[in-house]
Amino acid sequence: MSEITLPASLQGVAPVKSIRTPASLEYQYSAGRASSRFLNNVAQKRLVGQRCPTCLKVYVPPRGSCPTCGVATDEDVELTDNGTITSFCVVNVPFMGTLMDIPYVSALIVLDGSDIPIMHLIQEVPYDEVHPGMRVEAVWVPDDEIGATLESIRYFRPNGEPDAPFDSYKENV
Amino acid sequence: MDGEQVLTAPVTIEYPFRRTTGPVIGAFMTGLREGLIVGIRGADGRVLVPPQEYDPLTAEDLTEIVEVGNAGVVTTWCWIDEPLEGQPFDRSFAWALVRLDGADTAMVHALDTGGDPSAVHTGMRVQARWRPARPADVEADSKADDGGRYREGHILDIECFEPVTDSAGAIDQLAADQEVAR
Amino acid sequence: MRDVAIISFAQTRHRREISDINEVEMLMPLMGEALAEAGIAKERVDFVCSASSDYLAGQPFSFVMSLDAFGPWPPISESHVDMDGAWALYEAWVKMQMGKTDIALVYAYGKSSPGNIRRVMSRQLDPYSLGPLWLDSVSMAAMQARLGLEAGAFTEKQMADVVAASRRHGAANPFAQLGGEFDAGALLAEPEFVSPLRKHDCPPVTDGAAVLILAAGDVARELSERPAWIRGIDHRIEAAALGVRDLTRSVSTEQAGARAGVADGPVDFAELHAPFAHQELILRSALGLADDVTVNPSGGALCANPIMTAGLIRFGEAATRIGRGDGDRAVAHATSGPCLQQNLVCVLEGE
Repeated sequence: MSEITLPASLQGVAPVKSIRTPASLEYQYSAGRASSRFLNNVAQKRLVGQRCPTCLKVYVPPRGSCPTCGVATDEDVELTDNGTITSFCVVNVPFMGTLMDIPYVSALIVLDGSDIPIMHLIQEVPYDEVHPGMRVEAVWVPDDEIGATLESIRYFRPNGEPDAPFDSYKENV
Repeated sequence: MDGEQVLTAPVTIEYPFRRTTGPVIGAFMTGLREGLIVGIRGADGRVLVPPQEYDPLTAEDLTEIVEVGNAGVVTTWCWIDEPLEGQPFDRSFAWALVRLDGADTAMVHALDTGGDPSAVHTGMRVQARWRPARPADVEADSKADDGGRYREGHILDIECFEPVTDSAGAIDQLAADQEVAR
Repeated sequence: MRDVAIISFAQTRHRREISDINEVEMLMPLMGEALAEAGIAKERVDFVCSASSDYLAGQPFSFVMSLDAFGPWPPISESHVDMDGAWALYEAWVKMQMGKTDIALVYAYGKSSPGNIRRVMSRQLDPYSLGPLWLDSVSMAAMQARLGLEAGAFTEKQMADVVAASRRHGAANPFAQLGGEFDAGALLAEPEFVSPLRKHDCPPVTDGAAVLILAAGDVARELSERPAWIRGIDHRIEAAALGVRDLTRSVSTEQAGARAGVADGPVDFAELHAPFAHQELILRSALGLADDVTVNPSGGALCANPIMTAGLIRFGEAATRIGRGDGDRAVAHATSGPCLQQNLVCVLEGE
């Protein structure tokens, strides 16, 4: 880029080099049918996935469509709130909005009866003892705080069962 | 809760950006802070306002910043009865394309006629209404943006345009411009 | 140049608000319809290109979720444009010219209902001189309309005629949001909305989606009885700054139309993406269409304007009409950017 030339009125004056351009836009999101149904069930303390009629996989949270077959998933499948950790990470860096003590564990958990993991927090176990295959159960918030949100589950903790065999969750690794 | 009830939730997305200007847009913003308007000379000699880094037809670098007037002519306009959030006024006003004295292209800004649409017409002369300059004893506000009280180097250093009360001049200007347009 | 044709098309029944279902649920049935019309399973599609706007959805990478409607497993070759679906079609066409793909599925969607579309569209403007003013799309179109009216490029009566014709066509289109019999004189008696535009000169706010399938050469002949062949396609863009362009004509449409070969043969009808009534008049003139050429037999964007989708719908509507023999040679057009800044023109022909 070439050097610009300024008129006399702007010579020797401190130049502006940046400007603030804040912008905010407001939206009213609709969750759509499948997500609404899932969240309404969570408000009843139920975790309900949906099964694909073609490949028979159970998805949770369901979105109304099988991501591999591209067909509607209409069949509800009730799941327990116990599952198996397939992967996890230890968070050491605090970021805006975090309410957890550092370090904390975020994990992928395949709920029993489903075929894809959900993501949630792991507590009540030292972070360096968390491992794939660990069996966990949900800890819900008090009944009067339960609502149509996955935050109705405060976190997952070990449920005392022996580790799940690798074969039982290897499809999700 | 009804299992079939479709859930909705309000969400606000915010972009708290600070944008670097480069030397050309920077010169325009510096001019605004100083209470003057500049354009840039295009490849064919036309003065483009606001200034652009590259010629719109030939794409070559443009470098000669040129000061233009604070006043000019409305080349087209529209009337807003119900302003949207964030627009310069929360009562009715006009948007206008204004070709400033010395410029060959028009720039867009708000035109305030006190809510009277009959006071707006193509060819009328208008002038910039400026925000006040920052007093020497007041610190520059690094967080200033469109809500700023003083000129900081922002398009809203021009609060808006307003009619120049010189009706004879306006009629002459309209005729002169129609000649140029042909 | 490789012969490429549109072989199937599906669209939603466009509405002011489709809030009970999300984007995936909106697209899924259309995917099924388009694939069924082409007579293929999704595995035969070797390229998918989507079109949507993150600012409209209020979510970055929003289109990634929408791929669930197609079912991207095994992993697919796909791309995305944050533009109207007509440009996704163009990208697919280019890929087919390169020989990289034989069957492409293009889809587009836009839900205007969750946000304020006029404010959202202001985010495409120059962030230094226009963004902070929140100058909206209707205001810019209104300024363009006044320039044209005062220059004598078109009249208010002609604008009203465009609206009356569009609404009449829309009434016959089960997918259109608006339609009906309107008298041009009665339309002119309506109050101004954003002067000089009246409300009906502006597009409706719409939620909707569309899916379209392209195929090359013999594959198209195998899958469709009467493919709509792309005989010419081109797009051109003008300068962004409003004050630098002549807003009363569309130079980029003139150029794209010439390169696409519009004048090389008779035009039976045209589907022009004109969100504002006066813009149809500007485009008609830019493409050199004779007065007796029917424009927007679908009703056009004045009857349904799902953002990022209305341009692709022009292609789908034109191809559908050619496919059933309602014309042999048509023009499909799409626009992007304020006041017809960027324009894509295509000539479609039945064999």
